[in-house]
Amino acid sequence: MKDRLTTDRLMEIMRECAGDGDEVETGRHPEDIEFASLGYDSLAMLETLSRLEREYGVAIDEEDFAGVTTPAELTALVNRVLAVAV
Amino acid sequence: MSTGTGTGTDTVVTGMGVLAPTGLGHAAHWENTLRGASAIGPVTRFDAGPYPSRLAGEIADFVAEEHLPSRLLPQTDHMTRMALVASDWALADAGVEPGLMPEYGVGVVTAASAGGFEFGHRELQNLWDRGPEYVSAYQSFAWFYAVNTGQISIRHGLRGPAGAMVTEQAGGLDALGQARRQLRGGQPMVLAGAVDGSPCPWGWVARLSSSRMSRESDPARAYRPFDTDAAGYVPGEGGALLVLESEEAARARGARHRYGRIAGYAATFDPPPGSGRPTNLARAARAALDDAELTPGEVDVVFADAAGTPKEDAAEADALRCLFGSGGVPVTAPKTMTGRLSAGGPAVDVATALMSLRAGVIPPTVHVSRPLPDHTLDLVTTPRRVPLATALILARGHGGFNSALVVTRPG
Repeated sequence: MKDRLTTDRLMEIMRECAGDGDEVETGRHPEDIEFASLGYDSLAMLETLSRLEREYGVAIDEEDFAGVTTPAELTALVNRVLAVAV
Repeated sequence: MSTGTGTGTDTVVTGMGVLAPTGLGHAAHWENTLRGASAIGPVTRFDAGPYPSRLAGEIADFVAEEHLPSRLLPQTDHMTRMALVASDWALADAGVEPGLMPEYGVGVVTAASAGGFEFGHRELQNLWDRGPEYVSAYQSFAWFYAVNTGQISIRHGLRGPAGAMVTEQAGGLDALGQARRQLRGGQPMVLAGAVDGSPCPWGWVARLSSSRMSRESDPARAYRPFDTDAAGYVPGEGGALLVLESEEAARARGARHRYGRIAGYAATFDPPPGSGRPTNLARAARAALDDAELTPGEVDVVFADAAGTPKEDAAEADALRCLFGSGGVPVTAPKTMTGRLSAGGPAVDVATALMSLRAGVIPPTVHVSRPLPDHTLDLVTTPRRVPLATALILARGHGGFNSALVVTRPG
């Protein structure tokens, strides 16, 4: 089974797909900040989704994807899908 | 038709951002242009070996990462990156802080001949080599001919009227003409011009299909407009964005530069090939002069379209003779140093013309060692210092577009 996704790896993938996010105030954890506040717009998210599906060999439901708003939530979603994938 | 509304509403150029094979920034470009330093050389951006034309005017030392945030890189074609930098430089040169302008105070009009071809080519390769899931989501706009207007307006928060002109080479003048229309309609400021070029296989093949590209392999002999041995043009990349405002608005905000006025503009379209009717370049020039309320005798220099093919050169020479008489006005084509920059070319010509008027020097046309006598042109082949107050810039777009723009020294 493919390794689980970590938030660090997700942030790295997002940087590769869509460039660096906006700077985060000290003390705040980027993985709990909303994508839009990190500077990632809807196309950046589409690009990320495409990349995740290819890299992890999974299909992520569009509605589920639309429902996640932070890197931590997206990581959890991907890992949930990975856990049920055969 | 001239509106004759007086000097307060004249369109002045208060900032410029130039990226050309001859230099990054208008000062470097002007300096190299005066020196006659040609930037045409073998294509390095892709393997042009299989093609009959292998020369280009490339911008050698533009590294996007040095000028733009990483977030913009995955979503932009090379020419959009350059356009964004041109917009940064033009606004900075004009001393404009977009955030301090009224919400709808600044418009954007750009021209393009193609859009992000290099980006699109790569995504087409991804599509056919690997599958649709490998196509970038950014392909949705990165290829689009209006993308420069979009990205520039987003980057700087410019929410005034926006437009995109697609008239091939003529676009560089058409964007400025459109901006001037908006200014005369009451818009306080417009950022306008064109940054263009697609040195990639797809862009190359598209241009090769016109049969007007030079097949000569010596950079000093390849692009020689008006020469006895004229045999085509060399493509290049680059362009210019100019900040345009009314004279009144520029004065009110204390604009530090006034490079000159856009005094007149006109565009015409040619009759279909085989009609037997002449081209309409002279009509465009005459209409632009009428718009400026000037006579041909008041023009001090013409920046020619300089197609580089015998038939098109003859048509332009005929138009110039018809307007100015044999050898009636100095004519120059500094684009012989850069190649034809698609829509970006005429925008650079306007920037060059403004600097030429300011300096009182006509920049040279290079590599034309034997101007064809039949053209009866006073072709400027070494820098010429003369009093200069008015320049006429001509541009022809493939397919029949003719545009003309008149610039004058600031009052």
